[in-house]
Amino acid sequence: MTSVLRLDGVDRSFGDRQVLKDVSFDVTAGRMTGFVGGNGAGKTTTMRIILGVLAADAGQVTWRGEPLSRDARRRFGYMPEERGLYPKMSVREQVTYLGQLHGLTVDAARRATDGLLERVGLAERANDLLETLSLGNQQRAQIAAALVHDPEVLVLDEPFSGLDPLAVDTVVGVLRERAAAGAPVLFSSHQLDVVERLCDDLVIIADGSIRAAGSRQQLRSAYTTPRFELVVETDAGWLRDHPGVSLVDLDGARAVFDLAAGTDEQPVLRAALERGPVRAFRPITPSLAEIFREVAK
Amino acid sequence: MNAMQATRLVAAREIRVKLRDRTFLISTVVFLLIAAAATILPPLLSGGPSTVAVTEAAAGPLRAAGLEVLAVPDDAAAEQAVRDGDADAAVVAGPAVLAMDDAPNDVVSALSTEPPVRLLNPDAVDPVVAFLVPFAFAFIFFITSQTFGVQIAQSIIEEKQTRIVEILVAAVPVRALLAGKMLAGTILALGQIGLVAVVAVAGMAFGDNTTLLSLLAPAIGWFVPFFLLGFVLIASMWAAAGALVNRLEDIGGVSMPVQLAVMLPFFAVIFLNDNVTAMRGLSYLPFSSPTAMPLRLFNGDAAGWELVVSLALLLVTAAGFLLAGARVYEGSLLRTNGRTSIRTAWRERETLG
Repeated sequence: MTSVLRLDGVDRSFGDRQVLKDVSFDVTAGRMTGFVGGNGAGKTTTMRIILGVLAADAGQVTWRGEPLSRDARRRFGYMPEERGLYPKMSVREQVTYLGQLHGLTVDAARRATDGLLERVGLAERANDLLETLSLGNQQRAQIAAALVHDPEVLVLDEPFSGLDPLAVDTVVGVLRERAAAGAPVLFSSHQLDVVERLCDDLVIIADGSIRAAGSRQQLRSAYTTPRFELVVETDAGWLRDHPGVSLVDLDGARAVFDLAAGTDEQPVLRAALERGPVRAFRPITPSLAEIFREVAK
Repeated sequence: MNAMQATRLVAAREIRVKLRDRTFLISTVVFLLIAAAATILPPLLSGGPSTVAVTEAAAGPLRAAGLEVLAVPDDAAAEQAVRDGDADAAVVAGPAVLAMDDAPNDVVSALSTEPPVRLLNPDAVDPVVAFLVPFAFAFIFFITSQTFGVQIAQSIIEEKQTRIVEILVAAVPVRALLAGKMLAGTILALGQIGLVAVVAVAGMAFGDNTTLLSLLAPAIGWFVPFFLLGFVLIASMWAAAGALVNRLEDIGGVSMPVQLAVMLPFFAVIFLNDNVTAMRGLSYLPFSSPTAMPLRLFNGDAAGWELVVSLALLLVTAAGFLLAGARVYEGSLLRTNGRTSIRTAWRERETLG
């Protein structure tokens, strides 16, 4: 039995518009999987299908090798992109209620609620109506609402959007904790720097299709042409004529270049040293944003 | 957890929230006061024998008739007592009855010899009561189905508007969500009516109005199942209407047909309640039968089988509307951009259910 949440050939259309085309990827237990894509790429639809809020036209979602049932989904934690709770209910009451809806007994739901509200720093406001809380505190309540039933799998749609920095830290802490405890964590974000900092695995979706999926390292190496930066004392223009080198950028003493496949970078360094002092020579790894731009083109 | 438990949890929350709602509590108290006033006050106000000013010599027959006698020395004093408002009437030499603007019947009849009266239909309903009872039934059904129907719609819109609906739908079946709301609305509506009924019955007993009570009892007994099904019918429409919009402000646009479906039968029953043919028709029409049929029973116009047939018709219609309402609800619950057309909602059932 593998603790993998797997999407297999999922299609979905709204009217004539097909928004998901043969979407397949895995979310592995114990790993944070970032789900990135532009607006309208299909992230939210995919997550809604995982949670059973939407039905797929074709394909299926499995968890531990079994097609997802409602009972299994009830042990998922979900934070939809469009957030909200009951404005006229106290924080404690509604988090407890959501715990019960996810199958906890009322006592277990109360205990879990009190523990979580303590954890996210809302214990003192627990009995206040949600609408009297500041936006930051409402977001904390939302986090508690997604986690009250101690979910086995976390699916979070844009969990960081609109969060203040402290709340971001809280969410990051909680997500890491859940992943460390062996839960698969899938989160979408368009803040690529956050994803870069957090995720172990990455799924890139564009226009309803999965363009790339895998561990961060795999994607890096797959989408990295061997690219280097060289800084010398004088002019680096000679690189232009060096075999196997194609210049990307040249600015006096600084040059960025790609190497043809099968070319070793050390001869380039030696050639540079023969011409004078070398101030810097390093490989350039593309940022996630660059990979994303490349892949989603 | 099965759908049943989910329904119960949803219903329990709806009821808990409602019981803390000040508007709901105040309206309930107002209803109770009206029920108490309507049943206790009339006997009290009309009650009490008239006070009559009369010389001691002529007081005998008036005392014997149970009137309050104010003994006065002479006719002039008797007239003055009436003018001062100390007595409702005076009996002076003649004998003549003096009163300010209206001679009290009990005084006049104490002085006259009435012919014997033989009633051919002693159970017939007092015309005032015959007007008030239909009005009360129609009014209760109208107000309650309107109030609690709107509340179901509001609660659905609130969940859409605040977006919490997506979390709910991920956790429990959509139908359990709807069923919980309908259940809560029905329980609250019946609870409120039940309280009003208890107060009204207690008021009638207190006001010594037991004849009316025994006449009303079967009509009330039949009103309960009719009311229940009628409520489900109206509430299903409200649920569908609520699911089609995303903001409370927009409910006006979709609620018109529902309002008409409640209001037209209400006025039909009020205005046509003495037209036997019209009432027969109305008592089979599912939107008006919840009030029209118990009324025909109250007036002694309905046979037992008619009640059963009308109830069966209502049951089938209510079930149909419930299923249709559920389908529209499922089809539009997650459409949070603008208003959903009923056609789209009907065609596109999105969720897994």
